[in-house]
Amino acid sequence: MSLLFGRVRNYIRRPHIVISLILLGILLIVVIFPFAKMVKDSFVWQFADLRLSRSAEPGGLTLFHWKRVFVSSLTRNILVGPLFNSVTTSLSVSICAMFIGSVLAWLVARTNLPFKKMIATVAVLPYVIPSYIHALAWLNLFKNDRIGGAAGVFQYLTGVSPPDWLSYGYLPIVVTLSIHYFPFTFLLVSAALTSIDSRLEESGEILGASRTHILRRITFPLVLPALLSSFILTFSRVLGTFGTPYFLGTPVRYYTLSTQIYSNIINRVPSVGYILAFVLIVISSVVIYINQRMIGKSKSFVTIAGKGFRVTETPLGRLTYPLLVIIALLFLASVVLPFLLILWQTLTLYPDDYSIRNLTLLFWIGEANTAFAEGEAGILRNPAILGAAWNSIKLALTASVLAGFLGIFIGYAVVKGRNTKLAFAVEQMSFLPYLVPGIAFGALYLALFSHRVGPLPALYGTFFLVALVCIAKNLPFTGRAGITSMLQIGSELEEASETLGARWTMRFRKIILPLSIQGAISGFILVFITVMRELSLIILLVTPETRTLTTMTFRYQEQGYTQFSSAISVLIIVIVVFGELMSRRMGAKGSV
Amino acid sequence: MTANIIEVRNLTKVFGSVVAVDNVTFSIREKDFLILLGPSGCGKTTILRMIAGLEIPTAGEIHIKGRCVFSSDRGILVPAREREVGLVFQSYALWPHMTVFENIAFGLKVKHENSRTIETKVQDVIEYMQLGGLKGRYPQEMSGGQQQRVALARMLVSRPDILLMDEPLSNLDAKLRLEMRAEIKNIHAQTGATTVYVTHDQVEGQTMASDIAVINRGIIEQMAPPKTVYHRPANLFVADFIGSPTINLIEGRAVAQGNDGDGISITRGACTLTTAYRDIPSGLDVVAAIRPEHIMIVGEERANTLPGEVRTILPSGSETVLRVRHEDQMFSLLVRQEISLTPGQRIHMYLPPEHILVFDKETGDLMPL
Repeated sequence: MSLLFGRVRNYIRRPHIVISLILLGILLIVVIFPFAKMVKDSFVWQFADLRLSRSAEPGGLTLFHWKRVFVSSLTRNILVGPLFNSVTTSLSVSICAMFIGSVLAWLVARTNLPFKKMIATVAVLPYVIPSYIHALAWLNLFKNDRIGGAAGVFQYLTGVSPPDWLSYGYLPIVVTLSIHYFPFTFLLVSAALTSIDSRLEESGEILGASRTHILRRITFPLVLPALLSSFILTFSRVLGTFGTPYFLGTPVRYYTLSTQIYSNIINRVPSVGYILAFVLIVISSVVIYINQRMIGKSKSFVTIAGKGFRVTETPLGRLTYPLLVIIALLFLASVVLPFLLILWQTLTLYPDDYSIRNLTLLFWIGEANTAFAEGEAGILRNPAILGAAWNSIKLALTASVLAGFLGIFIGYAVVKGRNTKLAFAVEQMSFLPYLVPGIAFGALYLALFSHRVGPLPALYGTFFLVALVCIAKNLPFTGRAGITSMLQIGSELEEASETLGARWTMRFRKIILPLSIQGAISGFILVFITVMRELSLIILLVTPETRTLTTMTFRYQEQGYTQFSSAISVLIIVIVVFGELMSRRMGAKGSV
Repeated sequence: MTANIIEVRNLTKVFGSVVAVDNVTFSIREKDFLILLGPSGCGKTTILRMIAGLEIPTAGEIHIKGRCVFSSDRGILVPAREREVGLVFQSYALWPHMTVFENIAFGLKVKHENSRTIETKVQDVIEYMQLGGLKGRYPQEMSGGQQQRVALARMLVSRPDILLMDEPLSNLDAKLRLEMRAEIKNIHAQTGATTVYVTHDQVEGQTMASDIAVINRGIIEQMAPPKTVYHRPANLFVADFIGSPTINLIEGRAVAQGNDGDGISITRGACTLTTAYRDIPSGLDVVAAIRPEHIMIVGEERANTLPGEVRTILPSGSETVLRVRHEDQMFSLLVRQEISLTPGQRIHMYLPPEHILVFDKETGDLMPL
C-alpha cells in the first residue's frame, strides 16, 4: 500500500505531470463540457419549445429537435438550403482565394517583379482587417434601395439601382470573402516556395526542360501540399464566418449554416441552433482531419528544403507592367477602396448622399443631437462606444495574456512529457478548439453557461465568459507557439538549473519564462489582434454590459446607422493594422 | 577507506518498447574517474541522467553516498535538485539570458548564500578556470572553449563531491579538446571529486579514466582499468570497439599441437598460427585477434607469418598505418619506425604468439589463457 502510494507520489511529483493534469482539467471545462452539454441539450425539451410543440415537457428527453432539423417539412429551410449555401460559398471562396493568393505568391517569390517587398507587406492587410468590414464596404458601394435603408455610392453616381444579385447574396459574399482570404494562401504558398531549393528547378533546366514545363512538373508538385492546405483551411474558415453572410445574405433571405445558427438561437429555438452548430463542427473537423492526413503524408516534400540557397528569378519581360497594374488594382479593391468607402460613409450626414456638401464630423465628434441617430453622440464622445472600446481592449488584453501564458504551459507540458500519453492528450485537446467554427463555439458556451451547472455558476452576461471563450478559441495557436518555443529552448537549460538545486518555481521564473517570453510576446500581439476583430465567436455571448467595438458595429449596422458602424470599423482597422505592424517589427510571422 | 560513493543495482530504463538500459549493476569508489564508453545510442547518457535524477529509471536502485536516491521496489525518488551532484552537458546548457557571472552564481543563489560569499566564490572559480575579463559577457558572445570553461565553472562553484559529465568535449575542435582533456584531468586531481564521464571517444577513455565501462545496447560489456580493457578485452565487441586502427580479426579453428611446449594453434585455410593459449578444446570455432601495432614486418617466411601485399600506406607523422591484403582479408598494421615500402609490394607479417588473443566465435567471449 505504501509502495503504491510512493509510486503515485513520485509520479505526480514531477512538475510537468502536475501541469499536464491541471491543463487537462482546464481543457475539459472549456472544451469538452460545453460540447457535451450542447449535444445533451439538443435531446432535451426546452421551455421555449412550448411554442413549437404541444407535447413538449421541459426537461424531458426528446428527439424533437433532431427530427425537426433532419426529417421534417422544415428540413429544407433549416438545414439543406443553408448547408448548400455554406458549401457553395466556401468552395467558391476557396478556389478564388487559392488562385489569387498562389499566383501572387509565385510572382513575389520566384520572379523579377519590382516592389516585391512592398507587395508582400501590403498583401496581408486584407486579412488583418476584420472580414465583415469588406462586407460593409460592399454595401456602401452596391446597396440598392429595394430592401430598405439608404442606397450606396453606385446608385448615387449612376442613378441606377443595382440588381439584388449584385447587392446581396452569393456573388458579393464570394467576392468580399475571396478578397479577405487570398492573403492566407499567399502566406502559406510563399513560405513553401521560398523553402524550395531552386537547384531542384535548375537541375530541370540543365536537363533542357522549358520554363513552363519546370513550373508544371517540378515547382507545382512541390508546393501542392501548401496549396491543398490553404484550400482546405480557407474552406473551413469561410464555413464558420458569420458577419459577412449575415450582412450580405440575410436581407435577401440567403442563409448559411452560420447565420442560421444565429437566427435560431436569437429566435429562441436554441436546440435547433445547437444541432446546426454540431453539423458545422462535424464538417469542419472532417475537413481539417483530411488536411492533417495529407500534410502527414507529404511531409517529405518539406524536408527537401535546404537552407542558404539562392533563388533564380524568372524574368517577366513584357508582362511586368500589366501584372503590376493588376496587382495595384487588386490592392485598390481589397484595401484602399474599402477603407475609403467606410471612411467616407462616416463623414456623410445623410447616408445616401455622398456629395461634398453632405460631409460632417457629426458622427465622430458631434454632441448628442436628437435630429440624428436618435440623439446618439459622435463616437469619440459617446460613452456607450467608449465603454465598448474599453471592453474590446480589456478583452483583447486579458485573452492574449492568459492564452499566451496557458500556451507556455502547454508547450512546457507537451515538450517535457514528449512521447507520453499524458502529453499527447494535452496536445490533442488543446488543438480541439481549432475544429470548432467561431459561431459554433459561441453556441457551445451559450449552452453550458446560460444557467448553473453543478459547481459552475451561470456566467452568461459576464465579462469573464466572453474572455473565456476568446482564450479557449485561441489556445490552439498559443499552444503551438508555446511548443515551438519550448522545443527551441531545449530541456537541458532547465535541467542544468535543476541539478544546481533550483525548485520548479525558481526554474520557471528564472529560466523558462525569460527564455520563452520573446516568442510569447509576438503571440500575445497576434491574439490581441484576433480578439480585437472577433465577431463570430462572441456575438452570441455579449450583453449590453459586455459589448465590444465589433458587436457595436454589428448592432448599429443592423439598425441602419451605417455612419456609426463605419466609424467604429475605422477605429478597429486602425487598431489592428497598428497591431499587425507592431508584431511585424517584433519578428512575428504574421497572423495566420 | 575507499567506500563505494555511487552504487547502481539492476538499473533498467525502457522508452516505449526500446530497452535503453538493461539490468545494469556497477559501483564507483570515491575519487574514481569512471568513463562510460560506447557507440551512440548505447544507453550511456541515459545511465548518467538517471544518476543525476533527470531521468526516472523503469526499475532498479541507485545509491549516492550511502543514501538511496532511487528504488523502484521501495518507491523512493529523490529529485535531481536534492542529489547534490554537478553535471556538465554536451551542449553546455548555459543560460543565454544571463552573463557569465550570473550563470556561475545561479547555484549559489539557489542556496541563498549571501551576496558577498557568492562574489568571492564566483571570483575564485573564474580565476581558476581562467575566465577573468569575461565576467560580464553573455554565452553567445564567447567561443566554444570559453563556453565549456563557464559550464565547468558553474558546476565547480558549489563544490560537489560527484561530477557528472556528458560528452563535454564533443563540440570542440581537436586542439581545444586536447587542452580541455588535460584541464578536466587536472580538475579531478585537484578537487578529488568522484567523476563519471560519458563519451564515445575512446581516446578520452584511455587518457583520463581510472576505470572504463564499455557499454553496448544497454549493458556493460566490460568494466576495468583502461589498460585491461585494451589488452585483455572481455569480448569481441570490446576488442573491436577499443583501439584505432581497429584490431585485426582472423576466423579459424583451434587445433591442439602434438608437443606439450607449444600453445594451441589456429588454422585458417593454408595458414597455421600458434598462440600462447593452452586450454582451448580442439576443433572449436574461434576468432583470433591481434592489435595493429603488434604485427611485425619480416623479410622471409617463418613460423606465425602470413604473406601479404601492401595496398595502402597512410603516413601520419610519427607513425604509419599500412593496409595489407592477405588472401581475401585486409590487415591493419601500425608501424612506428621509418619504412620504405611501396604499394603492391609483397611482404610477410609476423604475428607474435604472446600478442594473439583468442575469442570463442559462438559466444564472442575471450578464452582463458
